[in-house]
Amino acid sequence: MSDVTSVPDARGYFGAFGGRFIPEALVAAVEQVADEYEKAKADPAFAAELNTLLKDYTGRPSPLSDVRRFSAEAGGARILLKREDLNHTGSHKINNVLGQALLTRRMGKTRLIAETGAGQHGVATATAAALFGMDCTIYMGEVDTQRQALNVARMRMLGAEVVPVKSGSRTLKDAINEAFRDWVANVDSTHYLFGTVAGPHPFPMMVRDFHRVIGQEARAQVLERTGKLPDAVVACVGGGSNAMGVFYDFIPDADVRLVGIEAAGEGVETPRHAATLTKGDPGVLHGSRTYVLQDEDGQTIESHSISAGLDYPGVGPEHAYLKDSGRAEYRPCTDADAMNALRLLSRTEGIIPAIESSHALAGALELGRELGPDAVILVNLSGRGDKDMHTAAQYFGLLDDDATSDDQTDAAGGAK
Amino acid sequence: MTNALLDQTLAAAKAENRAALIGYLPAGFPTIAGAAQAVQALIDGGADVVEIGLPHSDPVLDGATIQTADDIALRGGVRTKDVLETIRTVTAANPTVPVLCMTYWNPVDRYGQARFAADLAAAGGAGCILPDLPVEEADEWLAAAAEQGLATVFVVAPSSRDERLAVITAKGTGFVYAAAVMGVTGTRTQVGELAEDLVARTRATTELPVCVGLGVSNAVQAAEVAAFADGVIVGSAFVQRILDAASPEAGYAAVRELTAELAQGVRKR
Repeated sequence: MSDVTSVPDARGYFGAFGGRFIPEALVAAVEQVADEYEKAKADPAFAAELNTLLKDYTGRPSPLSDVRRFSAEAGGARILLKREDLNHTGSHKINNVLGQALLTRRMGKTRLIAETGAGQHGVATATAAALFGMDCTIYMGEVDTQRQALNVARMRMLGAEVVPVKSGSRTLKDAINEAFRDWVANVDSTHYLFGTVAGPHPFPMMVRDFHRVIGQEARAQVLERTGKLPDAVVACVGGGSNAMGVFYDFIPDADVRLVGIEAAGEGVETPRHAATLTKGDPGVLHGSRTYVLQDEDGQTIESHSISAGLDYPGVGPEHAYLKDSGRAEYRPCTDADAMNALRLLSRTEGIIPAIESSHALAGALELGRELGPDAVILVNLSGRGDKDMHTAAQYFGLLDDDATSDDQTDAAGGAK
Repeated sequence: MTNALLDQTLAAAKAENRAALIGYLPAGFPTIAGAAQAVQALIDGGADVVEIGLPHSDPVLDGATIQTADDIALRGGVRTKDVLETIRTVTAANPTVPVLCMTYWNPVDRYGQARFAADLAAAGGAGCILPDLPVEEADEWLAAAAEQGLATVFVVAPSSRDERLAVITAKGTGFVYAAAVMGVTGTRTQVGELAEDLVARTRATTELPVCVGLGVSNAVQAAEVAAFADGVIVGSAFVQRILDAASPEAGYAAVRELTAELAQGVRKR
């Protein structure tokens, strides 16, 4: 397995995937990020400062929770949740953001920009900008600003500018396009704090490295708790950052199955899904060669998922590599199965997961039934679901009609 | 290795002691059938070289104007084969005008590099501009293009360091596309001094003509750029004329008129 963990090569390739497909105007900036990251890795002061932040600001290590009542629905397999939802800002995204924010300061830049889908990466970036005293602009698809309105308010509360992106599908893909346009124009002052393990080299490697702590902690925690390694590690995959983070340290453990769960939307047999590894083809999107949902002319197909964070027609190149090498497997999960898992974890364990992470939970339920009651399954609970209550309330009809009409009356200025 | 028609055209402009005028419009815009007429208006107005864009779903290097045109083209159902057909129509009617295809990389990758080069050459195309294909990733394409007699134009930017300029210009053919500003396509009130410095630094590395694009929209700016560059590239201003026009025909007339003004501009260096 040494070849699997020695990627990427010097040109940023994970086997046939990765690389650096960017406009010339960004080459110098991307090379600067790569150079600075290599220097930072060799600097004990960088690691020390990052570790202090992860401990005292983020709240690491995140706990590992046994979820016995939930596990009963998974054929009795023992499910363990890695609680990235308990990190400051409510998801795993903060791990990478703090690392890149420190790197930004080292590069002497004063402005952060980022794309966000569900808003979790945007909130984490806005948080770091506040902490480090940097300017911050977040690009978010207009569709996502509506379904994740709470996170828009959080970002603005933190002092960030949130720009709703109205081009294309008005979701994550288009937010990335707009962030790249900003970066080309403002590269002297600005770092593009890319939020997932996609994009041009070194981002897939660097973002993975900053999230690697998830798997390092979880591997030790599972060993301590159960006396053995898990049978499977399960994580949701949109761009794939939380999955790479939790998978990476298990890659040399050949007996541990690595299972990524993609968003199947209304079903992979319909056109409305975001299951890039299941249904896509190799191509180039957002700076790297990877699997892409595309038509026969190489135009990107709009993805669909009830989860804004998984609603992306590309995927990190290392996942493409792990799929083709057979080291990891990728399965689809529909909106309906994810929402049912969201409700189940809420009702059985008192933990409301993000819709993104609920895909992983649904995948674990299925896998548990396949593996049987002796199995131990580690699930990365990448984020919490507070941001999703608007979507969940609509989906499950959680709010009374009265409450809705009261809201409308208030909005109209209290007509009576 | 290169394209003779493109080289001759740029050499002829130089011999007249003027800059060449290079006009851009996307295929499929304003309609699949109308695109060749729009490009014909560029040629009738006096463009020396034309670039036909392959519309893309994710045009990260384009500003709002060309994004809008690409959206219209894609919603109109434009396909890669239609882009090649537009190039064929234009080159058949104008055999002395070099026609380049400007495209993001994924559509070429998807079509197949060798197949795209062969079909572009068969359509009479003179070469490609590939703004998101860095020189490090271009070896397979360069071999395919060379085999078909197509030029490959690389973009350089104000942020490109001198040693990198040398690497890029050593691989490029036809001309070097110098981005006048750090930013995406679109008209600008000032084209900036960055361009003049970039042209000088690029010239120090190559004998290729150096043409400047991004931001130029009128004859005054064209003359300014023509004073230090071998060619002036204009795109968004033409697209905007068509977007603003009451009818496609009025749009083509406006494109012809603007091209004629710009053609005057590049002769006033």
